[in-house]
Amino acid sequence: MGTFMGGVKSFGVTFSHMFKKTVTTEYPEKPDATAPRYHGRHILNRWPDGLEKCIGCELCAWACPADAIFVEGGDNTDDQRFSPGERYASNYQINYARCIFCGLCIEACPTRSLTMSNEYELARDSRQDLIFTKEQLLAPLLPGMEQPPHAMRLGATEKDYYLGAMSNPGTSAGAETR
Amino acid sequence: MGLEEKLPSGVLLTTVQGLVNWTRKASFWPATFGLACCAIEMMATGAARFDSGRFGMEVFRASPRQADLMIVAGRVSQKMAPVLRQIYDQMPEPRWVLSMGVCASSGGMFNNYAIVQGVDHVVPVDMYLPGCPPRPEMLLDAILKLHDKILAEPLGAGGRKMLAAKEAREGKPVVAPGAMPSSYRYNKQLRQEWEQAAAEGREEQLRIEKWMERKR
Repeated sequence: MGTFMGGVKSFGVTFSHMFKKTVTTEYPEKPDATAPRYHGRHILNRWPDGLEKCIGCELCAWACPADAIFVEGGDNTDDQRFSPGERYASNYQINYARCIFCGLCIEACPTRSLTMSNEYELARDSRQDLIFTKEQLLAPLLPGMEQPPHAMRLGATEKDYYLGAMSNPGTSAGAETR
Repeated sequence: MGLEEKLPSGVLLTTVQGLVNWTRKASFWPATFGLACCAIEMMATGAARFDSGRFGMEVFRASPRQADLMIVAGRVSQKMAPVLRQIYDQMPEPRWVLSMGVCASSGGMFNNYAIVQGVDHVVPVDMYLPGCPPRPEMLLDAILKLHDKILAEPLGAGGRKMLAAKEAREGKPVVAPGAMPSSYRYNKQLRQEWEQAAAEGREEQLRIEKWMERKR
């Protein structure tokens, strides 16, 4: 009798699950929120006037353990200015077929130009499409931003930008305090 | 890809194509090819929380003869490459390959003599999924993108001819099959926004904009 009840008891465990809350996520229709600091695809940020934050220093490329980042620096001139200061990234690529989303590039970036979003739906059917170019990585122009090249609007020199970075973060807002 | 290749090209296949592709995508049995840490996420995708059974693929076949999709999960060493090819050759047509994780897609951070620099050196790959390892949602997204590709696949020589004629008439679709993120494709409004942004060539900016809105 005891062995019989033992068998029935195990069915009871299975049956009780009928009344428990379902754990399955409804992914494509209603995706779960990621952790706030989830390492997703990168963003190249802008200053509030639309100038790019990237100065083409290649520290992200040097920090990358998978060699996924390619940067080519270019010189700013007074009539062709993309970022405050001397240099900007004339070419910037991240190869998502190599990137392991470790975040070392984010730590290396001296101007908070490179940050990560929580976007993760990156699968593509060719390796060429997985190489994101600068146009794809750059943050969109928010209201009040102007498409570079243009002159520095927020100060006379690049120092005004960098020293005011905490109160004037542009599209990397929120990344500074974390 | 399968039996339809043997049909004469004059046979009309337009609605049959839709039906066949639908059955192919709705019963998409994966062969396990777990090689490393990505396999753990692949197992999580099959388990209760993410439940790939919702898309008709809960049975991971250990036998390649009963599988349609090979999920290459993990880094492929030079020694494993012939085994991988053999498993692929044993799968019946039609078959698809999903390269899961950066190591399978390109070698990832292991740029050395021991690791094959991308499984596409060994087998044809239909979907590359980056991530190290990709979270289960990313794998589901890749599988759903593959579904999208399968639905648009022409059936046999006649189907290819019809697709070529349609593209000559209307041009290529704005968003290529398998290019739209699944959470956008499954939401009518987001889908329209993505298509519009893709026509302007700014779909990645749209994605960042949407993320910034959600973060606020």
